[in-house]
Order: sequence, then structure tokens, then C-alpha cells
Amino acid sequence: MSDVTEKPASDVAQPSRLAQMWDSDFAYAFRHSPVAIVALLVVLVLFLAALFAPWIAPHNPFDPATLNLMNGFTPPGQPNAFTQDTFLLGTDDQGRDVFSTILYGMRISLFVGISAVLLAMVIGVVLGLVAAYVGGWVETLIMRVADVQLTFPAILVAMLIFGIAKGITPPEYRNQMAIWVLIVAIALSDWVQFARVVRGAALVEKNKEYVQAARLIGRGPLPIMFRHILPNVLSPVLVISTISLALAIIAEATLSFLGVGAPPTQPSLGTLIRIGQGFLFSGEWWILFFPAITLLALALSVNLLGDWLRDALNPKLR
Amino acid sequence: MLSYILRRVFQSVIVLLVVGLVAFSMFRFVGDPIDNMLGQERTQADIDRLRSDLGLDQPFVVQYAKFLRGAVQGNFGVSYRQGRPVSTIIAERAPATLELAAVSGFLAITLGIGLGVFTAIRRQGFAANAIMTVSLIGVSLPTFLIGILLIYIFSVELDLLPSFGRGETVRIGGWSTGFLTASGLKALILPAITLGLYQMTLIMRLVRSEMLEVLRADYVRFARARGLSDRVVNFRHALKNTLVPVITVTGLQLGSIIAFAIITETVFQWPGVGLLFINAIQFVDIPVMAAYLMLISVMFVSINLIVDLLYYAIDPRLRIDGRTT
Repeated sequence: MSDVTEKPASDVAQPSRLAQMWDSDFAYAFRHSPVAIVALLVVLVLFLAALFAPWIAPHNPFDPATLNLMNGFTPPGQPNAFTQDTFLLGTDDQGRDVFSTILYGMRISLFVGISAVLLAMVIGVVLGLVAAYVGGWVETLIMRVADVQLTFPAILVAMLIFGIAKGITPPEYRNQMAIWVLIVAIALSDWVQFARVVRGAALVEKNKEYVQAARLIGRGPLPIMFRHILPNVLSPVLVISTISLALAIIAEATLSFLGVGAPPTQPSLGTLIRIGQGFLFSGEWWILFFPAITLLALALSVNLLGDWLRDALNPKLR
Repeated sequence: MLSYILRRVFQSVIVLLVVGLVAFSMFRFVGDPIDNMLGQERTQADIDRLRSDLGLDQPFVVQYAKFLRGAVQGNFGVSYRQGRPVSTIIAERAPATLELAAVSGFLAITLGIGLGVFTAIRRQGFAANAIMTVSLIGVSLPTFLIGILLIYIFSVELDLLPSFGRGETVRIGGWSTGFLTASGLKALILPAITLGLYQMTLIMRLVRSEMLEVLRADYVRFARARGLSDRVVNFRHALKNTLVPVITVTGLQLGSIIAFAIITETVFQWPGVGLLFINAIQFVDIPVMAAYLMLISVMFVSINLIVDLLYYAIDPRLRIDGRTT
């Protein structure tokens, strides 16, 4: 979607693909929504910063060789009393540069959030399509499970899955597995939204003529589900995945904050906030403040983008 | 009517049996209890004896039935970490969580309805707009950040309120209450606000949108034309008719308050069931996890059942088409 914001090349004679996109209703709606533009910019900046963290970050916070304990508790922007080193956002108790830990932490937060949403999307879309197309007891079973799961708050479901998985994995693998367990736990707590929406949309599509035509020429159920119906139910899926991403990022941060998520060896934004909370009373506010603000900016802008996308893709509001 | 109730009750029982199966499987497959209970110096004879004492050599279905019988009687075994019966530990911790949840629920309902009505009546006013904007931020902030923010303002900067624990408690029978001491009440303020804020905004926004709809209805305009006072029109005519969806949502949110208490209790080190559960996950204390899982499911399933039945009683349309569940 970043292409949309770029100006079309003016020296091309016939309207290029970019120019067509620039003129579409969707792009028009985007250009006239300052909130969406700012939100997308913030998301892009944070996303790129996380992606290129090893090149942007002034220090590698997880390489003990580059750490100097004398640098601990340096306030932001001021030189350290012993080493005269300055750090943009200060350092934590172990002398780690807060700016760098945020960049690396955001990487983990975004990685967990995006993977969890993708996994939830795959599970939800497949189960939703199957429920709508096959019907019968399969549909009843899938939707009944979805209903039951929906009565429990997602964060509680994720916690339980995390707890059970932690019990099953042997202790020596627990730290390595934590990130993957976290992804699966958040995904399994979130697939219901996708399944319900896809089923609803697919039930409508299923009876349309093109599906009947495809059935008449003898295509099997799988190609019809995934080649014919799926492309036509994708736009609500896109909206839900954006909103789910914001929720997944917050869920990850909450779990890590509670100490049942990312381990201290791979701190995400939530883990950093958990660490920073310990220094709230001793006056080192920056260890807590900057990760918290980053988390807020990330979650809020993804959320706003999702809200805008929902309105822009909703034909009823045009 | 009766068949509908029976079907819903039947479904709820099925759900509880499935949750029970999950909880039981945790015992069965997550670690071997024998390992946890016998020390390093054990003989095969010890292991076999304990295995038959605990009934672990019996078929799966028999063990499951035994587990269910124990669970119904509130017997979930002994905590791996504390070495005491789980039911005793939970009974000790429950008052803290229940008091916190009750106060937050009360705050959420009274303030939520009050502010909702206010923002609906003074729709254009500055105060109403300010409240709506603040509520938008309240919805997007994660619960734990709200808690930290409150601690920072009221404990660190202003030094007015305690940031952790329950303060002094008074024991009345088996119940320890923080309502009767000044420090207990002070300690309750911040956690209760943290926990109730999200539900409050939710109720407030719901009441506001329902009120705005109702205020446009003919009967409200007619009531005004009859010369009734604003107070009577707003509260006796309008608010009353918004309450059906509000009651439903509030009922469902009651469960969420208990679930979100886990987060609030961790932020404020509140010695309740939620903190117990988080610690159980951290230390893989299976009996405590299983007991909490069963407790919370019973609660959620019964709340859902009651709300569904209430709906059925309130909304006559559901009675015609019994299939709508």
C-alpha cells in the first residue's frame, strides 16, 4: 500500500498501473483522510525501524561485550557521569541503550503480532470456508466451537494455551519455544473472528451463479472454495486482520508484561515495560516511558488504520 | 419454552464436560505427578504403590469420572508449589478478587450509565465532548498501562495512595475484607479504577448511543409535548427503554471483569485469584491452573446461560423462532 502514496511518474504516456491506482476510489479516500495518512506514516516508520533495527540501533543490546555496567541509569540525552557517553533515550540498569532495546523489542512485538494474525487468518479462513461450503454437522461443530470460545475473553484463552504449552515443553526448551508458543496462543485465541466473517460472506457467495457454473463444469469442492469463493470474501478479511493486528500487539504486550510471554532474553515491548515498572519509584522514568509510548503509538496507529480501512471498504458508507 | 431452556442447559453441561476434559488432560499429560510427589530415592515398588493409590493405573474414562466427581466437590488436589490443597488456597484468595470485582463493577455501572445519559443529553456541550474524547483514549490504552499511569500519578508523584497490596484486612469468619479499614479502602481505589475503566467506557458508549436513538422516538417527543419535566422524560421514559441491551452487555461484562482482574492484580500485586493463576502459569502449577480453569468456566457458562434466558424472557421475538440461540 506504500506505492499508493507515491506520485505517478509524469513522463509515462499511457496511464501506468501506479496512475490507475492513484485515481482509484480507494486512493482518493485515502488522500482525503489525514488520520489515515498520519497513521500509515507512523506504522511505516515503526515497521521499517523494527525491520532494520540491527543497522539503525547504535548498540546491540543483547551482546554483553558491548555493554558497560558503568553506563547504567544514564538519563536521556545527558552524558553519563562516569563514562561521558550520551544516549538518546538513556540506558537501563544494565547500561543497555533504551533506544536500541526498543527497536529490537518492537521487532519481536511485530513478529509475534504479524505471525499470530497470519496463523489466525489461515485457520479462520479455512474453517470458515469449509463450514459455509460443506454445511451439515461440520458447520454445526465448527461454529459451536467458535461460539463457545467467543464467550471467553481472548486474553484468557491465550493465557491458558500458553500455560498448557509451557507445561508440555521440557524446561530446557521453554525459553526458546516461548515466542512460538506465544504466536500459537494468540492465533488460537483470535481465529474465531475470521471464521465467522468468512462463513457469513461465503454463505452468500455460495449460491451465486458463478459458483453454480464452476460446479457445473465439474470443478471439485476444493478449487471452488479456494479459487472461486475465497477471492470474493477477501476484503472483510483484510479489515479484520488489520484490527486483529492491533489487538494481537496489545495481547502480546499484556502477556509479556504479566511474565507469561516473551522471555527476558528476547524482550518484547511488553517485557521492557515490565522491566521498566520496577524503576518507577526510583525516578528512572525513561526505562518505562519510552517503550510504553512506542507500544501506544504502534497499537493506536494500526487501530486507526484498521478503522479507516473498514469505512473505506464498506460500500454502504460511500 | 421448556425445551429451549433444557437445550441451553444441556449445551452448557457439554461445554463444562469438555473444559473438564481439557483440565483433566493437563494432569494426565503435563508432567508425571509421580515425579512431582516422590523424591530422588524411589524404588519401582514405591512408584507402583503410589500409582495404584492415586488410581493412575485405571482406565482413562474411570480416571476422568473420578476427576469430575472431585471437581464437583471442589477437590482439585494439592498445589505442586505450595503443598496445600488447592481449594483452601483459592478460598483464601477469593475474597480479594471478589471485593475488587464488586467495587469495579459498581463503579463501571453507576458511572457508565450516569455519564452515558449525561453525554447523550448534552450532546453538543463541551464537557460531553471532552468525556467522549477521553473515553476513546481509555478504550485504546491497554489495561496494564492505565494501572501504571495511575500508580505514577497518585503513588509516585502525589504520594496519596498505595501502589500495591490490600492494606490492612479484617477477618470475618473465613472472609478477609478490606472494606473496614482506612488503609484497605485506600488500597482499593486505584485497582478498582483500573479494572472498571474499560467496562465503564463500554457501558457509557452503549448507553449514549441507545439514549440518542430513544430520544428521537415519537413517544419521547410526545412526552415532552405533554409538558413533562426534562428529568421525568430523560430518566422515566428514555433511560428505562435503553436498559435491555445495557443489562445484557453488563451481564456479559461481569465475566470479563474477573478475567481482566488477572492483569490488574498483577500490576498492583493484589493478592487475589488472578495473581495466583499467573504465578501458577509461571511455575507450571497444574492443579491450581486446572482449578482456576474449571472455576472460571463454570462462571462464564452460567453467566451466559442466565443472560440467554433473561433475553428469552425479555424479548418476545425469540419465542416465535426457537432456533435462534
